[in-house]
Amino acid sequence: MKTERYDMIVIGAGPAGLSAAIEAARQGVRPIVFDENARPGGQLFKQIHKFFGSKEHRAKVRGLKIGEELLAEAEEYGVEVVLDAAVIGLYPEKEITVKIDDTVRHYKGDTILVATGAAENMVHFKGWTLPGVIGAGAAQTMMNLHHIQPGKRIFMLGSGNVGLVVGFQLLQAGCEVVGLADAAPRVGGYGVHAAKIARCGVPFYLSHTVIEAVGTEYVTGVTIGQVGPDMRVIPGTEKYFDADTICLAVGLSPMSQLLKQAGCAMEDTKGGPVPLCAAAGKTSIPGIYAAGDVSGIEEASSAMIKGRMSGAAIAAYLGYTDEKVQEERIFELGQQLGTLRQGMFSPENRGKLITKTDEGIGVSMHLLEHGSVADDEIARYPGVTRQAGIHPVIECTQNIPCNPCQDACPKGCIRIGERITSLPAVDAAKECVGCGMCVASCSGQAIFLIQEDVDPGVGEVTIPYEFLPLPRAGDTGTALGRDGRPVCTAKVAKVRSSPAFDHTNLLTLKVPNDMLMKVRFYQTQKGGMGL
Amino acid sequence: MIDIQERLRQIGPLDGAPDDDLLVCRCEEITKGEIRRAIHQGMFTIEELRRYLRCGMGLCQGQTCGRLVRNIVAAELGVSPTEITSATARAPMRPIEMAVLADDGGAAHG
Repeated sequence: MKTERYDMIVIGAGPAGLSAAIEAARQGVRPIVFDENARPGGQLFKQIHKFFGSKEHRAKVRGLKIGEELLAEAEEYGVEVVLDAAVIGLYPEKEITVKIDDTVRHYKGDTILVATGAAENMVHFKGWTLPGVIGAGAAQTMMNLHHIQPGKRIFMLGSGNVGLVVGFQLLQAGCEVVGLADAAPRVGGYGVHAAKIARCGVPFYLSHTVIEAVGTEYVTGVTIGQVGPDMRVIPGTEKYFDADTICLAVGLSPMSQLLKQAGCAMEDTKGGPVPLCAAAGKTSIPGIYAAGDVSGIEEASSAMIKGRMSGAAIAAYLGYTDEKVQEERIFELGQQLGTLRQGMFSPENRGKLITKTDEGIGVSMHLLEHGSVADDEIARYPGVTRQAGIHPVIECTQNIPCNPCQDACPKGCIRIGERITSLPAVDAAKECVGCGMCVASCSGQAIFLIQEDVDPGVGEVTIPYEFLPLPRAGDTGTALGRDGRPVCTAKVAKVRSSPAFDHTNLLTLKVPNDMLMKVRFYQTQKGGMGL
Repeated sequence: MIDIQERLRQIGPLDGAPDDDLLVCRCEEITKGEIRRAIHQGMFTIEELRRYLRCGMGLCQGQTCGRLVRNIVAAELGVSPTEITSATARAPMRPIEMAVLADDGGAAHG
């Protein structure tokens, strides 16, 4: 039987696998990457939102753009990517079997990197097998790859970043999101992601779970109920919503079966078996490595760094680089990874209630329980100041590793400092020119420009806006508050779009002075989000 | 070696639950009640349940229900889900036609 031999075999052409292949190829390794999908990039091309982090993590760049860059880099270094190729077996001798077309092929690698990613979790409730109950990943595939609405009226289960981000994308796609529930008592994802959908009017139901998907042939509604500390539904708390789609964003489980089959030492975790890995994703079998979600669920940015670390380790293992070069590179990458793992959402803080920021400021409980910071809580954050002229108001209230706003301001008005997780502070001594770069640079869409008394008693608030069709200057609509409730009537004074804003449009609204600190979204006259 | 009869006495008799008719494994159409009954018949591991009921043996190979089944077993046995060993991983890892599996073509591709 014929077996083809490679220096390095990568299983999975997602962010981790591609990054590893590129990193190794830069050192002279000739890797081959297999992916069962028709397109490379894993989940990256579904990520139409701007990423968090710092410059070195490609912060404020949209996921799909990062995917394109990764593919270009792979091509540049001659990384061979074989698509529609499902790896069906991985053996301890570092041999794999791959289904390509209608044939099983054999490959042997001196090293193998498993970067197979993760699969979505499901929960079961009455009616969960009805058409219309879908995973959040499926919703993203339909919207962002195939440009199809998953439904008209969606109910989202899950308040982690996936549920929040996909919830916002559903709104962008023109769907109505009738509610978002989570059995946990507090929002699990970034507060800024929650705030984006709360201000569009999506109601949050924390400590709630889905009781039933209602319908006979397909989903026509959903019943949710409040859960007590024992996670059981409290009788009498049931609520019904008309809905045609129930979207589940209840976590991911590593797809680690290949590693288990190969005989790598595994650990049974809540999310399923994961490989026990030493530095740079080294498994218990010499030459077999794991990177990305398969070795523990994190964000795509982390997966790319972990992939690069494995790629560097593999290049050294194969003798393409010496130990010293490898150690320096892995140290450098480790620092980048460490940065992403800081702050309130770091792995060790998972599930913990944090009541104060690093700065000693109280965390907004309204944000954690309802998805939006309350009007009387917002003034305590260092990004929120009151000034005479135009100035940014930064509603960034949790310590997360992200700092593009600091670099975006050409006038130095915004300061985060050395520690990337610090809350951005506005320096009133510096002069804001109202360019809006900070508004567009904020991946969390948490920066607004405010100016009082543009006309007597009337001011302007500029908001980030990523919906189509764009309102036009002169339009009149309803201004919504942080909680999505109508606040007042607003007139659109200006709409700004620019390549530098990367598809985040800046909408400037004229509202009474006393509404400037309340208005955070705009709804065209009737008809949802203006879609 | 565990004493199955002793363990069964520990976990007590099988009581009917209102959601016993809930489908858990969609591919093979296995309900929660069937899984619970099998556990109370002494099937304590995912492997045994897969062979006995075929839950997790269909098209998705337990990708969807694996975790759900594990949680049901853990709940019945009164242990943490992490104490339940996940299913053995073996090739072929993806659904594949027998004709394709038999057509072993060696190395070259594309």
